[in-house]
Amino acid sequence: MPRSDAARQASRCLNHPWTLGVAGVVLVLLLWALVSNSGVVDRLFLPTPQAVLKAGQDQWTSGMLVRDALASIQRVFLGFALSAGLALPIGIAMGSNAVICRLLEPLMGLVRYMPAPAFIPLLIIYFGLEELPKVLLIFIGTFFFNALMIMDAVKFVPHELVETARTLGGRQLAILVRVVAPYIAPQVLDTYRINMASAWNLVIVAELVAATEGLGKRISLAQRFLRTDEIFLGLIVIGMIGLLIDLGFRALMRRSCAWAN
Amino acid sequence: MHLQVDSVSKRFGHGSSSKLVLDRISFDLHSGEFVALVGSSGSGKSTLMRLIAGLDQPSAGSIRIDGQPVRRPGPDRGMVFQKYSLYPWLTAAQNVAFGMALQGRPRAEIRERTAFFLEVVGLADAARRLPRELSGGMQQRVAIARALAADPRVLLLDEPFGALDIQIRETMQEFLHRLWSQTGLAALLITHDLEEALLLADRVHILAPSPGRIVRTVTVDHDRGAMGQLRVSPAFLALREELACCLRSLEPATGR
Repeated sequence: MPRSDAARQASRCLNHPWTLGVAGVVLVLLLWALVSNSGVVDRLFLPTPQAVLKAGQDQWTSGMLVRDALASIQRVFLGFALSAGLALPIGIAMGSNAVICRLLEPLMGLVRYMPAPAFIPLLIIYFGLEELPKVLLIFIGTFFFNALMIMDAVKFVPHELVETARTLGGRQLAILVRVVAPYIAPQVLDTYRINMASAWNLVIVAELVAATEGLGKRISLAQRFLRTDEIFLGLIVIGMIGLLIDLGFRALMRRSCAWAN
Repeated sequence: MHLQVDSVSKRFGHGSSSKLVLDRISFDLHSGEFVALVGSSGSGKSTLMRLIAGLDQPSAGSIRIDGQPVRRPGPDRGMVFQKYSLYPWLTAAQNVAFGMALQGRPRAEIRERTAFFLEVVGLADAARRLPRELSGGMQQRVAIARALAADPRVLLLDEPFGALDIQIRETMQEFLHRLWSQTGLAALLITHDLEEALLLADRVHILAPSPGRIVRTVTVDHDRGAMGQLRVSPAFLALREELACCLRSLEPATGR
């Protein structure tokens, strides 16, 4: 009897959505600790988890970690807010108006395929090495994806919903606000969540090229001094911040768009 | 209220590739009447409904309500679509209130009328549920309540029960008949179900396909007190069979 209870508890634990995911992470961490501590690989190439933790503690106490993270986060949020804020009206306009769509879609389709990092030289020539070119890089790298994905969401609003509103006396603006906007809200949030990952990629790229602080800058400095522990630390911190933002978007979606789940 | 459909034709496309979908359709509908249009697919019946709703414009002819030509959709013509027309993010009550909110009615009035029309369609208990938590029949009743709450002069029903199971469809037909006799509203029903048309409407127009045109009009005046018995009464079955023959003869040869 107690045995089957324990078995049941174990199976419930195993079925929890997080169990396997956490197990995967722990497995990799264990493997890393084993290999790096065994001395099979040169510590210079593969630092131990303890060394990375130590580097983290050092950077934390000196305030560097927080300063770098804040610098990167600020760039991401500025660039992405600009991109998301502009993509919303333009995506909606493209999705609901055939003329605007035909005008802009080929252009956006073209620019979208130009890799954003290839704009860095131009941005540096135009705007120097300050914050603006980095923010603009994130904007360029995410705006077209945001706009095109929002356009698609608008195009797939069921005709019945729009026409019902029209037969009830709704005019264009009212339909946009009361039908289109709520219908696409979950997809817009999901679009932002997905493209936020690109924004993180780009901020690191921008900082690798030119910056005084930021997580990417720290990584490129660490490379110069062969501090692989600091490179590992930077990578892990970037990943964790990204994961937190992702989870934040998911929570926001669950709360505000319960009907779509 | 007087809805006049006067030799309305509709053609899709231009030039040699154009297709005539409706050919000089004419009929009238007055307050308190229930008119049905019956036809198979390809008879253009949904197109006709869209023209009357103002969602589309006729190629020729005119559609008038009390002498005023129909130019765009408006709340005087409440439309109920076949399916998927409830707003999934709004509760049943918010869906019913939707049209009134668009019209900018005072909040107190909206609340009162919403409660009233939910009661009318028997869904007062479901007021706070989302559409996905309602059965297909309940969803259509919410859609009907929403159309009624916007205070239309004519109710346009485009295969309103087409997506429902047969048993639920029968209950909904009885419900719609009760509703119509209580409110005295003008109703226009489009369906491919002959029985449904004969059960509910005073006047049934039979549409022939490609192009859609009215080939026969029947005035129906049986006692609808007991709909269950009416469905199987000999006179009703005879009329239904006769019209079914008529509809079958209109189908193009299948070429087998």
